[in-house]
Amino acid sequence: MADDLTHPSIKVPAEIQGTVRVATWERFYNWCRSRSVWPMMFGLACCAIEMVAMASSRFDFSRFGMEVMRASPRQADLMIVAGTVTKKMVPQIVRLYNQMAEPRYVLSMGACANGGGPFKEGYSVVSGVDKYIPVDVYVPGCPPTPQALIFGFIQLHRKIEGQTWKDYTWYKNRGHGEEIPLPILGPDLFDPRQIALIEAAAISEQANVEQAAG
Amino acid sequence: MSETSQTQATQEPSVLTVQDAYGVLLERFPGQVRMDERQGYEGVLIEADSLLDVASFMRDQLGIRYLSSVTGVDNLPNGQLESVYHAFAGLGPALVFKVQVDRDRPEVPSLVSVWPSADFQERESYDLLGIRYIGHPNLQRILTWEGFHGHPLRKDWHEPYYEEELKPFASRHPDGHVYRAEDRNPFGMNLQYPSDFDPHNWTDIAQAAVYQPLQRTALESRLETETMVINLGPQHPSTHGVLRVVMAVDGETVVDLMPVFGYLHRNHEKIGERCTFPQIMPYTDRLDYICSMSTNLAYALAVEKLTGIRPPERAEYIRVIMAELTRIVNHLLAIGFLWNDVGAFFTPVVYAFNERELILDLFEMAAGSRMMCNYVRVGGVFEDLPDGWMEKARRLVYDRLPRFVDEYERLVVQNEIWRARAIGVGVLPAERAIAVGATGPLLRGSGVPYDIRRVEPYSIYDRFDFDVAVRFNGDVYDRFMIRFDEMRQSLRILRQAMEQIPDGPVQTGKKNYTIKVPPGEAYHRIEAPKGELGFYLVSDGRPNPWRYHVRSTSLINLTSLAEMCRGHKIADVVVILGSIDITLGEVDR
Ligand code: SF4
Repeated sequence: MADDLTHPSIKVPAEIQGTVRVATWERFYNWCRSRSVWPMMFGLACCAIEMVAMASSRFDFSRFGMEVMRASPRQADLMIVAGTVTKKMVPQIVRLYNQMAEPRYVLSMGACANGGGPFKEGYSVVSGVDKYIPVDVYVPGCPPTPQALIFGFIQLHRKIEGQTWKDYTWYKNRGHGEEIPLPILGPDLFDPRQIALIEAAAISEQANVEQAAG
Repeated sequence: MSETSQTQATQEPSVLTVQDAYGVLLERFPGQVRMDERQGYEGVLIEADSLLDVASFMRDQLGIRYLSSVTGVDNLPNGQLESVYHAFAGLGPALVFKVQVDRDRPEVPSLVSVWPSADFQERESYDLLGIRYIGHPNLQRILTWEGFHGHPLRKDWHEPYYEEELKPFASRHPDGHVYRAEDRNPFGMNLQYPSDFDPHNWTDIAQAAVYQPLQRTALESRLETETMVINLGPQHPSTHGVLRVVMAVDGETVVDLMPVFGYLHRNHEKIGERCTFPQIMPYTDRLDYICSMSTNLAYALAVEKLTGIRPPERAEYIRVIMAELTRIVNHLLAIGFLWNDVGAFFTPVVYAFNERELILDLFEMAAGSRMMCNYVRVGGVFEDLPDGWMEKARRLVYDRLPRFVDEYERLVVQNEIWRARAIGVGVLPAERAIAVGATGPLLRGSGVPYDIRRVEPYSIYDRFDFDVAVRFNGDVYDRFMIRFDEMRQSLRILRQAMEQIPDGPVQTGKKNYTIKVPPGEAYHRIEAPKGELGFYLVSDGRPNPWRYHVRSTSLINLTSLAEMCRGHKIADVVVILGSIDITLGEVDR
C-alpha cells in the first residue's frame, strides 16, 4: 500500500527503499485522509443490511481504514446514503449533512438513493438524494453487492487523492461549507429554495383552468 | 384501553367453527349483520352503528380474542369505503367481518377498546384511505405526516408521477418507449401541491402533532417532577433503521412512549395496485428485506388461494427449505443485533453475518441474487435448484449450523451483564400479548404456543414433525432464548424436507407476466420469522389487484412496545425494541 506514496518519477536509493518514502506534503496528506475515511453509522433501508455485511468479516472494510463507524455526524467524514430516501426522511438527511464537518463526502448506495429505484413512482419517495445534497460517488445496484460497494470506496479514494488545496472549495474558503436549507413537510415536501417555482406553477395552473373554463 | 379484555379473556372459549359463528351472529343481531353475498367474498357485513356491540359479543361470547388484521378497501364504483377485519379464535381460518360506509361520510366506530391490536392499523387505514375511526384514542396520520394532502390509497387520488391507472403502461409496452418522469413534472421532482397551497404561510404541524399525545399523558399523571419529551431516532444506531420513538421521561425513567412511523414509507400498496399480480413479487422482497424468501412465499400463497393454482410437489419442498433457511438467517441477525444493543458491540453481529453469508450463497446459487431473491412464483418457484446445491445445503444443515447454534448460545448466554439486562425486563403477559396482536417469537415468548404452521397449516407444513417453541416469562431473555429453540426446530424441519424432497417439475403452467385471477378476496397468512405475515388481496377479475394489503408483522408487534417500556430506563427501551425484532421496510412499507 505504502508504495503508491512515492511518486514514480522519484528514485529512492535501493538500501533505504524499505523505510523511506518521498512525496509532496499534499500527496501525503491526501494519502492519509483517503485511508481513514470514517463513515457515519446511518442506514435507511435494505441497502443498509448489505452495508453491515460489508463491515463483517467476509468483506471487512477495516481493510480500508473504515471500520470506525461513527454514530454522530460531527465525527464522520463520509455519509453512505444506504437506502430509500423518503420525503419524511429528507429533512433529517439534510440536517445530518449540514452537521458533518468539512471535508465531507457522500456516497449514494443503491438504486433508491441514486434515483428513486423501484419505488420511484410512489408518492412519498424522493427521486434521488442528489436532489437535496451533493453526491460524490454513486454505486448502482439493488442492493449493490458488497463488491460493488468496495469499488465505490475505491472510487472515493481516487477522488480524495486527486483533490488539491488549490481547488477544493472548502480549503479555499477556510470556513464551513454551505448550509443547505431544510426541506419542509407541507401538503407535499417543499424546498424553501423552490417557493418561487411553486407559486409560478400555481399561477400557470390557474390560467390553464380558466382557459379550459372560458 | 379497556380493562374488560383482561377479565373476559380468561373465559373458556366455546368451540365453534367459523360458519357456526356467522350463524350465531346472524341470529343474535338480525338486521345488523348479514352475509357478504358478493361472489368470491366471505364473512359478514355489519352495520356501522352496531359494530361495537357485535365486536364485544364476538370477543366475550364467541372467544374471538385475537384481531389480526384491520384494513380498508375503496369501492369507488359504488361510492363506498369498506373497513375489513380478520379475527381468529385460535385454531382454523379467519372470521371475516366488514363495515361499509359512504365515501362522503366514512365514519366507523373504533375497535381499539375491544381489541387494542387495532390501534396502529386503524390509524393506517385512516391515513391512507380516509376512514375515520370514531373513538380512536389518537387518530393521526401514521405513515405520511399530519398536513399531507389527500388519502393516497383512494382510487381517485393520483401520485405526482401518475401515468396510467394500470400497468403495463402504454408508453412502455409493447413499443418500449421510455421517458423520465422528472421531465414531465413542473418541479423536476416527485412533487405536487394542492391549488390553495401558500408556501409563505405554511405552519409545520407535523412535529407538534407527534408530541401531542405524550404531553397529554404528562398532564394527566400530574407528576410533581417535570417530565421531558425526548426523541430516539429516526437516525439512531439502535433503532434498527429509521424508526423514531418519542418518549416522555421522568429523569431516566420512561413514563410514556410512542413509536413514530413512516420514515421508510415506500408506497408499497399503491404501487402494488398498479402492478399485475406477478409484477408485485419483486416488491415483496423489499418488505422484510432480511427474509425475502418468506415474504415471497406469503404473497405467492395468497395469490394461489385466490386462483386455486397448486404448485408441484418439488416446488413445495423447495419453498419450505428456503423459508426455514430464511428463519435461521433472521434469528441469527435478531440475536446479533440484540446483543449489539446491550453493548456487546458488533462481535456477535460479525458471528451472525458469517453464517448468514453461507446461507446467502445458497440463495444466490438458486435465485441469482443474495438478498432480493425474487425466487418464489405463483404456482411454483422460478427455477430448479442448480447442481451441487443440495450437497452444499446438507453440509450446512447437518453439520455446521447445529454446531454453530450451540456455540453461539454458549458464547453469551451465561454472561452476567447480559442476564442482568434481560431477565425480568420488558415483561409482556400472555393476556396482553394476545390483546395487542403480538405474533411470532414475541407471542410465544409470553407463553402462548401459537404457531400458524400448526394452527392453520399452509403449504406442506402438516407433513413435518416439529415442536412449537414456547417460553413462559415473557421478558427479553425468553424472547431471545426462544429464537435459539426455533432455529433448532427449523433445522429439524430442514433435515426432514431434504430427505423427503422428490424429483419433478417446479412450476405449474408457463411463465407469463400476467395470470388470470377470478374476482373475489383472499387473506392468507404465514408464520414468517417475525410473526404473522398476511396478504389481503381483492381482485375484480382484471390482471391487477383492486386492493393489495400487507398485514405487517413488525408494525403490529410494535403496538406492545409502549406498555413493555413504561417504568423502565431509556437504555432498556433499546433492548426491548431489539427483542421485538422489527424490519423497517415492513413496518412502513
Ligand atoms: S436500492 Fe434496492 S436494496 Fe437498496 S434500498 Fe432501494 S430497494 Fe432496497
